Amino acid sequence: MVKEIERAGIPVVHICTVVPISLTVGANRIVPAVAIPHPLGNPALDANEEKNLRRKIVLKSLKALTAEVEGQTVFED
Amino acid sequence: MSKKIVHYINQFFAGVGGEEKADIKPEVREGVIGPGMALNTALKGEAEIVATIICGDSYFNENLEEAKATILEMVKKYNPDLFIAGPAFNAGRYGVACGTIATAVKEELNIPAITGMYIENPGADMFKKSLYIIETGNSAAAMRTAVPAMAKLAIKMMKGEEIGSPAEDNYIPRGIRRNYFADERGSKRAVNMLMKKLKGEEYVTEYPMPDFDRVEPNPAVKDITKANIALVTSGGIVPKHNPDRIESSSASKYGKYDIANFADLTEADHETAHGGYDPVYANIDPDRVLPVDVLRDLEKEGAIGKLHRYFYTTVGNGTSVANSKAFAAEFAKELKADGVDAVILTST
Repeated sequence: MVKEIERAGIPVVHICTVVPISLTVGANRIVPAVAIPHPLGNPALDANEEKNLRRKIVLKSLKALTAEVEGQTVFED
Repeated sequence: MSKKIVHYINQFFAGVGGEEKADIKPEVREGVIGPGMALNTALKGEAEIVATIICGDSYFNENLEEAKATILEMVKKYNPDLFIAGPAFNAGRYGVACGTIATAVKEELNIPAITGMYIENPGADMFKKSLYIIETGNSAAAMRTAVPAMAKLAIKMMKGEEIGSPAEDNYIPRGIRRNYFADERGSKRAVNMLMKKLKGEEYVTEYPMPDFDRVEPNPAVKDITKANIALVTSGGIVPKHNPDRIESSSASKYGKYDIANFADLTEADHETAHGGYDPVYANIDPDRVLPVDVLRDLEKEGAIGKLHRYFYTTVGNGTSVANSKAFAAEFAKELKADGVDAVILTST
């Protein structure tokens, strides 16, 4: 899906837990997530902390969208 | 004395549990469990599974290095003649786990290792160059054909016999070329092939072209504060009760849903249809997969232009590459027509 969106001419960022799969599939902008059943959350945290964590990941993905990349790039921090 | 094999399987095939047990740490049990029984029978006394290692698929993928190190220690203790992982069929995390651990056993312990999976399993592409991966069907229903093929290759490897071509020994082509003496010279074979092609007959190429389907990254978004951003997910988030009945695995469709009136997804209005991960966390708070709450905040703060009115969703679990491609090719056109500037795609 990520490739078809890219092919249509829309920049896309892939937020996913298993980065090697995303690399194999061919995503260009990749942001690592937290865990498979809750990529953008962590039930061990309280609600506020959890939302902050989610916000951080979303902000990182916005940063990825505004960054020029050549080929596949994983945005680690 | 028959040869010794250590077998690796996930929590599901071990009968420990489904997705709710996908986070269990590696453990080792003496003897055979689950698919190991059929493998043992197919090995016809030439070899025997002496131990089975079980690990949860999510645990393995979320803790790759730790899981790998622990399992290598477990394997080492038995000093087996061969290591078998899976088969994983079309289970993505299981395939990645099987490929990772089989490669590690082969390269770090110097013990021959094989696995089995469906050609579209992401683990197949990742590990076909380093391993013999028996090509299986896409679900456990194909166990019947997968087991004899794996046992046959296992016996050949343990006896040090020559491994045949991918077609002869049923493994996924590894991209290795080997010299052999053909009955006819190349020019004649090429013309024969061409004749068959012209007549519309079946022919087999001697050199399949590699399929590099890469798409170049698009230029970055110039001004994110003005951008219309859409959410897409393979994590199966749908309105409560899954109105379009998107399948929990091998999805045949995708959904397009209006979130204009939502500032936050909750248990009351959304859920996940995905059958390939423990749904508890996503059902309690669907924002954990589809971050509508945060994007609404950012929209209000002016950090993004706006959150697109519709999100697109499907279930990535065992869904064929062809289907996923068709879904996205279709809705990407819509996104483009609707003036979407960028997409955030989330996967579980």
